[in-house]
Amino acid sequence: MLSIIWIAYRISFRFAARFRSSTVSVCALYDCVPHTRWQTADVDLSLTRHLKLAVGCFRAFGPSNPHGYHVMSQIIIEDLIKQFRVSERDAGMWGAIRGIVKRRYHTINALDGVSFSIEPGELVGYIGPNGAGKSTTVKVMSGILVPDAGRCEILGRVPWRNRTEHVGRIGVVFGQRTQLWWDLPVIESFDLLRDIYRIPRNEYARNRDEFIAVLNIEACLDVPVRQLSLGQRMRCDLAAALLHSPDILFLDEPTIGMDAVSKLAFREFIKQFNQKRGTTVILTTHDMDDIEVICDRVMIINDGKIVSDGTLDELRRRVTLERRLVVELVDNVSEHTIHPLANLASRDGKRIHIQFDPHQISAADLIAHVTSQNQVQDLFVENPPIEETIARIYEDQAT
Amino acid sequence: MISYWAIVSARFRSLLQYRSAALAGLVTQIVWGMIRVMIFQAFYSSTNAEQPMDGSDVETYIWLGQAFLAALPWNIDTDLRSLIRSGGIGYELIRPVDLYSYWLSRALSWRTAPMLMRAIPLLIFAFVVMGMSPPVSWAAAAAFFVSMCAAILLSSAITTFLNVTMLWTITGDGVTQMTFGLVLIFSGMLVPLPLYPDWSQPIINAMPFRGLVDTPYRLYLGHIPVSEFAGVLTHQLVWILAFIVAGRIAMARALRRVVVQGG
Repeated sequence: MLSIIWIAYRISFRFAARFRSSTVSVCALYDCVPHTRWQTADVDLSLTRHLKLAVGCFRAFGPSNPHGYHVMSQIIIEDLIKQFRVSERDAGMWGAIRGIVKRRYHTINALDGVSFSIEPGELVGYIGPNGAGKSTTVKVMSGILVPDAGRCEILGRVPWRNRTEHVGRIGVVFGQRTQLWWDLPVIESFDLLRDIYRIPRNEYARNRDEFIAVLNIEACLDVPVRQLSLGQRMRCDLAAALLHSPDILFLDEPTIGMDAVSKLAFREFIKQFNQKRGTTVILTTHDMDDIEVICDRVMIINDGKIVSDGTLDELRRRVTLERRLVVELVDNVSEHTIHPLANLASRDGKRIHIQFDPHQISAADLIAHVTSQNQVQDLFVENPPIEETIARIYEDQAT
Repeated sequence: MISYWAIVSARFRSLLQYRSAALAGLVTQIVWGMIRVMIFQAFYSSTNAEQPMDGSDVETYIWLGQAFLAALPWNIDTDLRSLIRSGGIGYELIRPVDLYSYWLSRALSWRTAPMLMRAIPLLIFAFVVMGMSPPVSWAAAAAFFVSMCAAILLSSAITTFLNVTMLWTITGDGVTQMTFGLVLIFSGMLVPLPLYPDWSQPIINAMPFRGLVDTPYRLYLGHIPVSEFAGVLTHQLVWILAFIVAGRIAMARALRRVVVQGG
């Protein structure tokens, strides 16, 4: 009897899941109930939990709460910890022989208490030096790795516990690998993805045609993937990751090895796609131009810890308040005509770079002063290059 | 279901590209088959004693074995191996499909596509040139067909199990070679199983490997009468189930500790 109720319950559940929306997800409710191995646990326990769940469903969809369950962040990461054990041995023959008998291991804290949350539609840059834990975080979020401790909820699901449901809603591009089938022509890989992700025919056709046009991959479609150039392959890979209209897109070093034209096209596509569809994008990269062009928000990870999280401007402000005024003069200039609160950074003929702290002197005042003292042909204020800013954060952390 | 069928079909299509490997395999298997037939002819001509299987049956048994050699679980999926070594395995895990079923689907294509490319020309050759005999009856042919499908499924389940062990060993060579040794000896591929000593028959019959070769071929020959079909099919199905369960458990354990190599 109980099993019949259970089966009926599961079926109704599946049915309900079809009506999920971005804010109210039945599956989200499912995960709100704390469960550990409830599927195999004794019936009493799982039944009470499911009763609770039924009450939750009623509350969520009942008339008293027309706006659904609570709205929460799309991605919630709290105190994520992941350690790797790496075997090591001394170099050379003797080290190799000793390694047969006795292995030494050391532990790496790839993630050491990482916490953040991301709202729907955000464009987040996730950066850090090599080995800082970027890819590990992405792998945990995409359900590939199981962390040692901590909480990770994405679209209301725990990636590694509801792996199949979870990965159906995300798209992933790992820049150094391909998700296309090596031996098959690109278009066949796309068709295969349609079947694997069970993408409805018209949605598939619409997405495929749009991406083929926008990413300009018409010419690659009938070519086996192994014969594509890197730039072509990456564009096809990107299309492949988006065919099923995911809610979240993870890009792990997508522009690695791309030429300048491909990079520009790639960034443009990501930005437009985000604006058009509202897809959340999380991008890891070493290319600061990617970050500057694409991302609203930048998170920096170092040694498995988040060391900075905010907009690009906030990041700059945190590290340095310095700005630069670049002035091109008609005549040569003598140094005393520069404001006492600003310094000459460098000069190159008639072009001078003036360093100043906007808290001590506003850009307007400095410009007024310089133009009153000299005949100015052209001038502009610039931020220090983002690479310098980031490098300074990495260094600060190292010391 | 459509997902898994799509995987089987795509993998099948990409495996059909390896034509020269199929041709090389075909020639090798024909020559090898002739040598084996000659060895058994020598044995049979040197004795007058009653044998558990007569000479022409053994020849047909050998040719069937040569034709369906590629369906045996004799190697691991090299694509999966490179995926595991390079870390591309990560992409396998972001598919919204059950990973075990996904890999079993891959294994099914991996066992059937190369086998079909070799089996069809080799069987034609064996019938026309070597005088191989057809199934004893239509019923035997049908029983052979069903049992052969079960054999391929069993082989795929064993292959998937071997593939899963790669999540621990990374290369998978050792496990594969050990398994192939067992398969060769206890499936009937080396020597038809009825020719083994009487005392060993119960042990051999209980093992899973006879379901790969011996069961379908002897149904073909009528050496196992169609009336015993249900029993031998059950033996195959039980072992298929056992390997699937073992593979699933092993995979679930492996995925908890999976480390994706590189970047």
